[in-house]
Amino acid sequence: MKTSKVRFLLNNDDVVIENIDPNLTVLQYLREIQFKSGTKEGCASGDCGACTVVLAELDENKPDQLNYKSINSCITFVGSLHGKQLITVEDLKDGAKLHHAQQTIVDNHGSQCGFCTPGFVMSSFALHKHNQTPSRSDVLEALAGNLCRCTGYRSIIEAAITANKSTEQDSFAQHYQQTLCKLIELQKLPKPALSGNNHDFISPKNIAELAYELTSEPNSTLVAGGTDLALSVTQNLATIDKLVYVGNVKELTNMTETEAEIIIGSALPYSKFIDTLHHYYPELGDMIERIGSKQVRNTGTLGGNVGNASPIGDMPPALIALGASMTLHLNGEERTILVEDYFVDYKKTVLKPSEFIKSIQIPKPVTGQTLKLYKISKRIDDDISAVLAAFFIEQDGGGKITNVRLAFGGMAGIPKRASATEQALQGKSLNKESVAEAKLALATDFQPMSDVRASDKYRMTVAQNLIEKCYLELQNKTIETRVMNYA
Amino acid sequence: MRSLIKVSSSSPSQTELKQGQANVGLGGVGRSKKHESADKQVAGEAIYVDDRPSLRGELHAAVGQSTQAHANIISMDLSAVKAAEGVIKVITVDDVPGHTDIGPVFPGDPVLAIGKVEYIGQPIFAVAATSYDLARKAVTLAKIEYQELESVLTVKDALAKQNFVRPPATMKRGDSDSAIAKAPHQLSGEIMVGGQEHMYLEGQVSTAEPTEDGGMNIFTSSQHPSEVQKLVAEVLDIPLNKVLVDMRRMGGGFGGKETQAAPWACIAALLANETKRPVKFKLGRMDDMVMTGKRHPFENNYTVGFDDKGQIKGINIEVNGNCGYSPDLSDAIVDRAMFHSDNAYFLDQAKVTGNRCKLNTVSHTAYRGFGGPQGMMTIEMVMDAIARHLGKDPLDIRKVNLYGEQGRDETHYHQTVEHNNLAEIISTLEESSDYQARRKAITKFNQESSILKKGIALTPVKFGISFTAQHLNQAGALVHVYTDGTIHLSHGGTEMGQGLNTKVAQIVAEEFQVDVDTVASSSARTDKVPNSSPTAASSGTDLNGKAAEAAAKIIKQRLIDFACETYQVTAEQVSFANSQVLVGEHMFSFAEFAQMAYMARVSLSSTGFYKTPKIHFDRATGKGRPFFYYATGASVSEVIIDTLTGEYKTLRTDILQDVGHSINPAIDIGQIEGAFVQGMGWLTTEELVWNEQGRLLSNNPATYKIPAINDAPEDFRVALLPDAPNREHTIYNSKAVGEPPFMLGMSVWSALKDAIASVADYKVSPALDTPATPERVLWAVEALKADGKG
Ligand SMILES: Cc1cc2nc3c(=O)[nH]c(=O)nc-3n(C[C@@H](O)[C@@H](O)[C@H](O)COP(=O)(O)OP(=O)(O)OC[C@H]3O[C@@H](n4cnc5c(N)ncnc54)[C@H](O)[C@@H]3O)c2cc1C
Ligand code: FES
Ligand code: FES
Repeated sequence: MKTSKVRFLLNNDDVVIENIDPNLTVLQYLREIQFKSGTKEGCASGDCGACTVVLAELDENKPDQLNYKSINSCITFVGSLHGKQLITVEDLKDGAKLHHAQQTIVDNHGSQCGFCTPGFVMSSFALHKHNQTPSRSDVLEALAGNLCRCTGYRSIIEAAITANKSTEQDSFAQHYQQTLCKLIELQKLPKPALSGNNHDFISPKNIAELAYELTSEPNSTLVAGGTDLALSVTQNLATIDKLVYVGNVKELTNMTETEAEIIIGSALPYSKFIDTLHHYYPELGDMIERIGSKQVRNTGTLGGNVGNASPIGDMPPALIALGASMTLHLNGEERTILVEDYFVDYKKTVLKPSEFIKSIQIPKPVTGQTLKLYKISKRIDDDISAVLAAFFIEQDGGGKITNVRLAFGGMAGIPKRASATEQALQGKSLNKESVAEAKLALATDFQPMSDVRASDKYRMTVAQNLIEKCYLELQNKTIETRVMNYA
Repeated sequence: MRSLIKVSSSSPSQTELKQGQANVGLGGVGRSKKHESADKQVAGEAIYVDDRPSLRGELHAAVGQSTQAHANIISMDLSAVKAAEGVIKVITVDDVPGHTDIGPVFPGDPVLAIGKVEYIGQPIFAVAATSYDLARKAVTLAKIEYQELESVLTVKDALAKQNFVRPPATMKRGDSDSAIAKAPHQLSGEIMVGGQEHMYLEGQVSTAEPTEDGGMNIFTSSQHPSEVQKLVAEVLDIPLNKVLVDMRRMGGGFGGKETQAAPWACIAALLANETKRPVKFKLGRMDDMVMTGKRHPFENNYTVGFDDKGQIKGINIEVNGNCGYSPDLSDAIVDRAMFHSDNAYFLDQAKVTGNRCKLNTVSHTAYRGFGGPQGMMTIEMVMDAIARHLGKDPLDIRKVNLYGEQGRDETHYHQTVEHNNLAEIISTLEESSDYQARRKAITKFNQESSILKKGIALTPVKFGISFTAQHLNQAGALVHVYTDGTIHLSHGGTEMGQGLNTKVAQIVAEEFQVDVDTVASSSARTDKVPNSSPTAASSGTDLNGKAAEAAAKIIKQRLIDFACETYQVTAEQVSFANSQVLVGEHMFSFAEFAQMAYMARVSLSSTGFYKTPKIHFDRATGKGRPFFYYATGASVSEVIIDTLTGEYKTLRTDILQDVGHSINPAIDIGQIEGAFVQGMGWLTTEELVWNEQGRLLSNNPATYKIPAINDAPEDFRVALLPDAPNREHTIYNSKAVGEPPFMLGMSVWSALKDAIASVADYKVSPALDTPATPERVLWAVEALKADGKG
């Protein structure tokens, strides 16, 4: 007999949900079932941040610690709340007293129409829970996923920068131990599940359970952060029969390092591995910081980014350039392939039915290697790339290229290496001539498309220019070449 | 974690809250009072239409949309829709008891398609279902057969076919053709100015609730409750007095809820009337972006003649607005583009022609600036072009062309530009922003930096204040004083975030010299203040502030009369201060005095009314004084571009804006900052893309990019012009602030062009259509590089 229950804390209240359609998002749950309308819907697609709520969850490494993270409730399935504390804008006031994250917005005149405001409050709250003296760049990073059409942001930035120690004593701090204990209790419960309206959600806790779910019911749909999948429900009006949530699968949500590799669980959100990658590959860290928004990075995963083989995902070209591999799991059997070999055709991969991505392995850098990454989009933050270029170059002492992998996103139906261009550079030194040749060769590698983000011609020209830029950057390490750095 | 380069040590906290307010009283006129709803907004307690508790039996609406840009509807099979889960009612235009056309000024907007469709997304039929999702799913099940008609999808095509929603118009001063011919220099050019999605964070939403007498209560997110009332009454064929419209607050409007809120209210009302159940109609974001009008894209051109100083001697300008499929407000919008074709400059001999092109897209509509911004872009392009032609700094050209003394003070529509302070604003800003030194530093930077280039530009704005439709320049208000001394305030204006309710409450509080917290603002309701104008044209405070002041003054006079009678004093011996009323020797709290007046049967409630004086305009001759006054300001922006990718960033912006005597400096600064960033977004990343079939591709915020937090200028300094009371008798001598600063965003566009021009040593003014996306910037750079080689 299945229990089909999901349990979590709604602020301080124990909540058990059952008989709810698991296609429901947290936003719908809050507004339509809990009648809490403080959290707003601005887009239902993860793009505006009006629906931002905060989840407190146990830290996987320090079990006596809670992590507070902002998420977009509009693209989070309700089942993934299991074992967490859900905090909404209504919960922040302490009696009649506004929370610091709220009061500072009032004091700085940071709300006009007020529709974006609950979202900003929650993003700022999450930030202050980790960092009571945020810098301007910390604030920009935390709030880049919250759009405001009224204020022009200056007042909101100033509000969020205002340091205050009072978050240390807010009501969440006061209830800290109690919350911690309750969440630990919830963790001990068996496999959470939810059924309603003939749709199911199940959350396996280890890889064996996951493999079992997928093989016993081949019609299941894997969901990690849901930042991609949920859009099919909220935007394309699809319904998913059976959701298998990987966010609680132990083996998929960790990160380990060996001498040669960083091994990232496929269901580990970006925000959990960004620092590590930044340490080894600063440009990769910087690039990941421009994937979606803080909210998207707090839930979105590598498995989800690579898994659906979108031609515009930002990680695949980077992973291909790095020569990363991935481990796939099918009912107890595992195989490891190069990320590059995963993609077959537009949205087609080598993944077999019931198989899933377990982890991604990224080689650690060795001297003589360079990784260059360029994300080109209309808007700097929270925008899908028109082109993503990832260049991995190994040179010998004399500057001759001994190994090169140039991978692009947005240039073809799948993330792809530019083989003719690589050939043009292989064994050569980087100079005007070889770069000119490489640029020419690129035109034979790709026939990009025109779409709403960019024309085919722009994609090609920019991709060619990026090769030149990479050359100029390698030639002269001090020259300024990126407007992003003027942030 | 992104590596940071500090561009400037000054933080935006240096933003100055300069104000020139003399008469500050307890009511707080002139003070930075917080927004009336701020505490509620930050706590999630402010209630928007979709947050209202659902009514018993409430249904949800959705509409089936056209998939064709222009076609006859041959047949419609809605059986699957009717049979779909949760569907209670399906209606087409045949089920509309009253008017089927809901065009706000001119006919042309069917509430549901009448036999034919004119754009992709046009509502054809409507559904009421038991849930939002079920309604949205049901409408996808219709089978509709079309007979395709030829569609017009470009402005050029519309011009060639003379396909207009309204007839062309011309404004003329002198003989421009011969002035151009005689001038020492001539230039001509053209520009495509993109449209703009409003992207109010709260989408369109209305709830209709049937009442006992065949009437309808409407809760809507609308800038124009009176028009919603009228249109709902008309489609239902009931008198206006049976429809009540309530509008507490909008989650943003920007013009997008002036006419565009009404269709959804009408459809909800039709469905509510059919089902006798409350119906909510909330547009999902994508539907909202597809089915509601946007800022008009324009394609403009000019021929100018000028002298060696760069002063314009004559100019011909043609502005061609893409109006979409119906007139909506386009007549007035293209008019405003024509009025503002001069921006801040004396055109001398000028001819301005405006065409209202009809295309098979959604009908474009009001958006902050109302055509003015699109008109100004041409002349700002001219300024840059003249400067490069003569090898001068564009700022010098802008200065020599400003309106000036007699002889250089008449517009091309024959209004005299009075009290013009732009020369002063520009020179102050030039100095405070350190323009000249930064110009030098930028030149040096550009010589040394091969890939990244910087640019700077200072652009002014002169914006005419008043509705150009004269009858709209009126407002009403209703003020009640209760026996505990608290005050209830209603006015015809709507609160969309701009702080209107806060300012008007300050004005009423000031009149009685009571604490502004004792004045409660309520919804704009058509049963409290009737026949209101839209809250638009930056006129909210000018009109409603005056009306509320008038109402308060009437009550105050009654209180004074009562005091004189009761205590045998003269009116001079009665005064209001510190929440108290002083009557000769006697002192009462305001509450006590209100109670006394009540006991003595003095009416403590009054309406107030205001109409703007002085304005008139004759469209036939193109002459008059359409504007009560002009609001002015200027901004300087510095940008950096990447000549290999076209990417860019705004590094610093300084703004000096004339808001007259500010009623609330914090609110005004918020309006300026928000308007600037919105204007900058319009000209940079916000790109509307339609495909060859007329389908909007940029139909969600994933593909349509408004500025995010990192796009706001890194260093952002906004100041209000000090000691500058409006010389016209506006409310507390303030000036309108809603729209004018929007156009300050042009400094970013011009700075981008400055940076691009550096590639060819400032010899050519780059063509840069808007939005100036990274792609367009790259093409402009490449064009100049090619020029240089050729
Ligand atoms: C506002 C917004 C901005 C975004 N910006 C960017 C951006 O800038 N760059 C970018 O690259 N992406 C962007 N994205 C896409 C974002 O969804 C992905 O980057 C994210 O990594 C997906 O991860 P997820 O865990 O949320 O995937 P989910 O939505 O959970 O899953 C996505 C797909 O992958 C499959 N899947 C998930 N895990 C596995 C697994 N372990 N094995 C096999 N299949 C699996 C799922 O079945 C599903 O089909 C953005 C998304 C949003 C909403
Ligand atoms: S509603 Fe816009 S991000 Fe969720
Ligand atoms: S205050 Fe209106 S969207 Fe931010």
